[in-house]
Amino acid sequence: MSSKASSSKSIEVQGLSKSYRISSGVDTRSAAEAIVLGFKSPFQRSKNTTFNALSDVSFDVKQGEAVGVIGHNGAGKSTLLKVLTRITRPTTGQVIMHGRVGSLLEVGTGFHSELTGRENIHLNGAILGMRPAEIKGAFDDIVEFAGVSAFLDTPVKRYSSGMTVRLAFSVAAHLRCDVLLVDEVLAVGDANFQSRSRDKMSSLTHDGRTVLLVSHSMEYVNSLCERTIVMDQGRISFDGPVREGTQKYLEVLRNGSSQSEAMAVRRPGTGEMRFVNVKPRKPGFTAAEPKVIDFEVEQFAPYEGEYIISFHIIDDSGQPVAHCDSRVLGKSFTAHSRLQGMFSLKTPWLKPGSYYINAFLARPRVAVVDEAVRVGEFHVDPVLPYAESHDAELYSGAPVLSDFDFV
Amino acid sequence: MTIDTPKPTTGHEQRVARTVVIRPRRSASLAAITEIYEFRQLFVRFAKRDIILRYRQTALGVVWVILQPLLGAGVLSFVFGSVANLPAPAGIPYFVFAYFGFLGFGAMSGTFTKAAESVRANAAMVTKIFFPRAILPMATCGSTAVDFAVSLGLGIILLLVTGVALTPRILLTPLVFLMALLVGLGPGLVAAALMVRYRDVQYIVPVGVQMFLFASPVAYQFSTVPGSVRPWLRLNPGVGVLEAIRWCALGTSEIDRVAVVVSLAVGLVGAVAGLAYFTSKEQGFADVI
Repeated sequence: MSSKASSSKSIEVQGLSKSYRISSGVDTRSAAEAIVLGFKSPFQRSKNTTFNALSDVSFDVKQGEAVGVIGHNGAGKSTLLKVLTRITRPTTGQVIMHGRVGSLLEVGTGFHSELTGRENIHLNGAILGMRPAEIKGAFDDIVEFAGVSAFLDTPVKRYSSGMTVRLAFSVAAHLRCDVLLVDEVLAVGDANFQSRSRDKMSSLTHDGRTVLLVSHSMEYVNSLCERTIVMDQGRISFDGPVREGTQKYLEVLRNGSSQSEAMAVRRPGTGEMRFVNVKPRKPGFTAAEPKVIDFEVEQFAPYEGEYIISFHIIDDSGQPVAHCDSRVLGKSFTAHSRLQGMFSLKTPWLKPGSYYINAFLARPRVAVVDEAVRVGEFHVDPVLPYAESHDAELYSGAPVLSDFDFV
Repeated sequence: MTIDTPKPTTGHEQRVARTVVIRPRRSASLAAITEIYEFRQLFVRFAKRDIILRYRQTALGVVWVILQPLLGAGVLSFVFGSVANLPAPAGIPYFVFAYFGFLGFGAMSGTFTKAAESVRANAAMVTKIFFPRAILPMATCGSTAVDFAVSLGLGIILLLVTGVALTPRILLTPLVFLMALLVGLGPGLVAAALMVRYRDVQYIVPVGVQMFLFASPVAYQFSTVPGSVRPWLRLNPGVGVLEAIRWCALGTSEIDRVAVVVSLAVGLVGAVAGLAYFTSKEQGFADVI
């Protein structure tokens, strides 16, 4: 019981940095190549540029505190979580965590489709670090929460995807721990299960546990946490109460949430052309006004012919709201060294919340040239276009507000 | 007894308050070994999973396990026994001789191949969940052991049918299996770590296994190897395993003791070195896989 003084702090992060090497020359993914290169130029180190995913991050979390980490894509929040969950090691700095640490990163990892529900509960529990006795103790609760009791001895491959995800979430949610690290995993199952899993999450958060929640949804962080850490370019740009943090985050978005070129070349796609900037004209729109997004495309290698652009608007639960393909408009673009364009979405009206854009650049029917996931984020303000109706009920049920009229 | 801080994790079992420290780690350390021990339950689960999958996934599951050494021994007896007319020890049919050779060889190559592929096969887990990565290759030993037991059972039937005398030495075969495990695990761990970084290692693995097959006395007797080559061949840790398994199962009177000692020594050193290499590389797995 001597740890009383230190027990007030649950997570201590001190000077944490994580850098990745990006080889700018040949990326040796084969041993043969590596050996040949080694013989050719034994003293030359391959030319690498380093990319700092995290630089000098320090913070403490008190016991029982719920902290939301927000930031746009590439801000370093996922890397932070990966370091905290020990999936990857930091380059410098250290983390001290007191108590038993559990993590909810992606539900269902380690599930095997050939195994039965029962077997998967045991396997997944063990993967998450539960002891056999613990799994046995929680078994009935897990099954009941997931609602799969009738299919326990059926292989998971016969489950519907909803059932699988419910079971996976249920196992993870029954892990007993003192410190819980959560990535957004809640966009699972049908609406009924989503609300149940949200309730479960909030009961987990208010159970005296220390919770660190990584999210890009401010609404979500708002509802679960009292403190927020805003990350930007691998650093902490704000650490404090949620309300102020929300403002700060909006500021970060306003000051350019575009990804740097260094990040752009790491994306999937053949890479002759890349989006170097995808930026909403405003960080927040009202539901009714057109959402205008400016974008820039740069040519990195010779490209012949035409290409098409497709923007997908995704809401904060990961659901696509609109697929806007330039082919639908009968439009394609010819290769230029640099293209500046503008995209605007007039309908459907989007309900209040945060949205992000997945931008694709492709040679029609041949290859994806650039796949830029989660570039550009914007918000739709919780101010309705209908007079005197700030009632949440109006927009909580329906997926979108439609562009409609009464005559 | 003062209970002043309500533990959020009040379960029926007592929990030891733990402190986790995360620091950069670049080389192998003893901490990696204690971690593996802490996650021993996961080891059991992974091993169980592999066994269940192997014997359930296909109706042919069990049949395959039996068929593999049978076919192998069959091919060897045709090529080397009938065509090349290689001798088997007196009183033992060449087929039985080759079968047990294949059994020992299969234990080594099976351990090696399955361990080598284990990390890449579970890439999704490696990037999402923390656990000592060495558990993946090590847990493959479970299903290799079951395969060995099934094949050994068939081997014993084979001995009874062909009238080769069973001796109490057959009870020592599990020990020989452990030897084979050690021999296969070291290179398996190294290959598993390399395969994360270099994709072409998966093509090198089967080639290596094939070379190992011919460099080991699976189809021929070690005692028929010319005396000038023998000391060199003894460096192959497979020789000792094959000598030992035939000594146990076939009751052959000769056994090359030096080869057995070499096997044990190389196997042990190799497994420890392999584990050290693996744990020194595992930190970066999630970044490059």
